[in-house]
Amino acid sequence: MELAARIRFARRNPGREEFHLDVDFHIGPGITILFGPSGAGKSTLLDCIAGLLRPADARIMLGDKVLHDCVAKSFVPPQQRHIAYLFQSPALFPHMTVEENAGFGLPHASDSDRKRAVRHLLEMFRVAHLAHSKAGRISGGEAQRVALARALAPAPRAVLLDEPLKGLDAELKSSIVDDLLAWNGVNRVPILYVTHQRDEVDALGARVIALDRGRIVSEGLPQNVLDAPRTKRLARAAGFENYLTAIVQELREADGVMRARLAESQTELELPLGYATVGTRVQVAIRAGDILLATQRPVGLSARNILEGTIESIEVRGATAVCRVNAGAVFLVHVTPGALRALEIESGKRVWLVIKTHSCQLVDS
Amino acid sequence: MEALWLSLRLALCVATILLLLGMPLAYWLSQARWRGKFLIESVVALPLVLPPTVLGFYVLMAMGANGPLGKIWVAWFGHTLAFTFTGLIIASALYSLPFAVQPLVAAFESVDKRLLDAAAVLGAGRLRTFCKIILPLSIPGVVTAAVLSFAHTLGEFGVVLMVGGNIPGVTRTVSIDIYDRVQSLDYSAANRMAIALLLISFAVLSTIHAVNRRAWSPWPVKHGE
Repeated sequence: MELAARIRFARRNPGREEFHLDVDFHIGPGITILFGPSGAGKSTLLDCIAGLLRPADARIMLGDKVLHDCVAKSFVPPQQRHIAYLFQSPALFPHMTVEENAGFGLPHASDSDRKRAVRHLLEMFRVAHLAHSKAGRISGGEAQRVALARALAPAPRAVLLDEPLKGLDAELKSSIVDDLLAWNGVNRVPILYVTHQRDEVDALGARVIALDRGRIVSEGLPQNVLDAPRTKRLARAAGFENYLTAIVQELREADGVMRARLAESQTELELPLGYATVGTRVQVAIRAGDILLATQRPVGLSARNILEGTIESIEVRGATAVCRVNAGAVFLVHVTPGALRALEIESGKRVWLVIKTHSCQLVDS
Repeated sequence: MEALWLSLRLALCVATILLLLGMPLAYWLSQARWRGKFLIESVVALPLVLPPTVLGFYVLMAMGANGPLGKIWVAWFGHTLAFTFTGLIIASALYSLPFAVQPLVAAFESVDKRLLDAAAVLGAGRLRTFCKIILPLSIPGVVTAAVLSFAHTLGEFGVVLMVGGNIPGVTRTVSIDIYDRVQSLDYSAANRMAIALLLISFAVLSTIHAVNRRAWSPWPVKHGE
């Protein structure tokens, strides 16, 4: 089973700029992650695939079945698409029991068949003991598991999950992900999984499609898509803390690098070679955790960027100390509180920043 | 006492009819995205602002032997609608329409849109979604609609006088009976009737507030929404 979609959709929101969704992709069986900052159009895309929205220009295929073809004017309503869709909220029917909720998608099955199917799924997602509880009275994590069981009960031909684990703690998350992977092992259907949580991406370890402002900006393995984000908004979502504007000074094509000077300062950086010419302004994203701090000028290192600066402020957040370092521009650097003590780092201290060339990512602004 | 029973019978008939007609109308109003919907909404709300005599006048004209409704009725049943109990039901139903439809629309609209989406992707059509999701979650609104149209019909005076006149046992409702007795200076009889109406209205309104109060609601309270 393969899901193929080409969708163009424009939405006019009064008072805001028009939103355009323009995507073309196909995904095979197994989990594909749809990653992007909020407002990228992820939920809109899922609504189009589920048939809750009807874009004027689209062609959506599931296996050999046409779900929506604007040219042939065919549109299968959501009721007949056999696509499971889990929203950000569990959306359980609060007046029904857990069992009634889970069986809602099986109205034509005999009572005994439905009971058996529901019981099996409730056991799989470890909520069988709640079968007779009212859905409005169970906890958030339980409700999300029941919603998952309810969505999967009718044996869907594809599954759409819109940040299904939002707001749940890490342990609960990974156990639900394990249950989902187990289900997918038996039912080889395409699963499109929306998230903007890096840890979920790593836990699922699947192919990633990165969406920003209604367009697919990159796709591939998580490390390729998320460690080299193509846009500033995507970089921010992927956990890059530093954004710097630099002006290209010199291209060294043979080495695959270029030298750039930070805007409004004399500090120079060596960057990976990008689509730029001398004199153009580029945006650079650097993870705060990818920068090393030294209290003396380091020598004999392979890292090409060693910048002198002073500590402006330090803020300890749990196991991470966030240092603001002025080295021509302000850099955020993450170190451990232990390193902070060992190096006797304090405000006003002179330090050197060590940044590898390939820790600097060029992004579109 | 005859007048009181007549009023109760009228109110019960009107409330039943309004629930049956009001539910599909309210469902349509709560779901439709048609641009001209506001016109229908205004027509439904019109009895709220129109003097009962104006509404009663038009209904009387329509029901008369030469009116559009009257002609059809005479052709079928051989008598006009005006000054009959059936005519009274039709006029009162029109007059109480917003009291049934507006609480129903409000209740249907307040059902979380995502629940309807969830039902749709699980394969449920409009009718199943309405019966299994929207209606059960709108019970307080349905009770309010039934009780308000019942209570409003019970106390109606102007429309009844215009359309029904004052025929004992047929169209003389309790409010007209009270008016009559005051006219003939029979204050103690008027007082008995007035107290009966007051107590019934109070009992009925208490029912709404009891049902809509979460603590007494027969329905489970929504959590985490």
